[in-house]
Amino acid sequence: MDMDDVFKALADPTRRELLDRLRAGNGQTLGELCERLDMSRQAVTKHLAVLEAANLVTSVRRGREKLHYLNPAPIGEIYDRWIGKYEQARVAALADLKRALEEKEK
Amino acid sequence: MTKPSLVYVNNIAAPPEKVWQALTDPEFTQRYWYGTRVESDWKVGSPITFVKGPGMGAPDTGRVLVADKPRTLAFSWHIAWGEMAKEKDSRVTFTIEPDGAGSKLTLVHDEFEEGSAAAESLKNGWPAILAGLKKALESQAP
Repeated sequence: MDMDDVFKALADPTRRELLDRLRAGNGQTLGELCERLDMSRQAVTKHLAVLEAANLVTSVRRGREKLHYLNPAPIGEIYDRWIGKYEQARVAALADLKRALEEKEK
Repeated sequence: MTKPSLVYVNNIAAPPEKVWQALTDPEFTQRYWYGTRVESDWKVGSPITFVKGPGMGAPDTGRVLVADKPRTLAFSWHIAWGEMAKEKDSRVTFTIEPDGAGSKLTLVHDEFEEGSAAAESLKNGWPAILAGLKKALESQAP
């Protein structure tokens, strides 16, 4: 896998939005992903192709339908590469702190 | 046909035979599967015992459904832990395809009960296990 492809794929807000939608509901069809997105099916298809090429999205066929799944492996590799196991506890503690503080503000 | 709940794809810099070994050899699974030894003779219909690390509770059980070395491995899985033990068996299918000098490993986990707690828990579990598998294989001397 080419990490350039992963970063290029993640550099677009629509593609990140698609990943968010898959995280919320895995295994969606193109039609389901297009709902409430102000974009043509062709445009969404192109974005999904970029995400699939980067291995951030994978798909399985069910009959005539193609179901899309968020594939976290490339993001896991980014995490491993720059965070590493010694930093993990500290980063998790900071993330917890940030979450706690932000929830208080709401 | 129900919708698969979990699908993961990992590219691994190791040939399919090595990936197969990593999935079926308890000495190897112990290295990345939270200390679990996955024990079976890997013949279709044979039982599988997921012997967990110390303090991790009773073994999970399963049965071999497909064993087409080194391409497809499928088994049923019954989780013995807590409330999940009440759920019916789910199905795990690993597909290994050659990809250049390495392999593309696809995991499809389906046939969960509606609203399965196991499916929810494995959303975090599988990516960690698969990342561990990849790391264990790629750090091996060729």
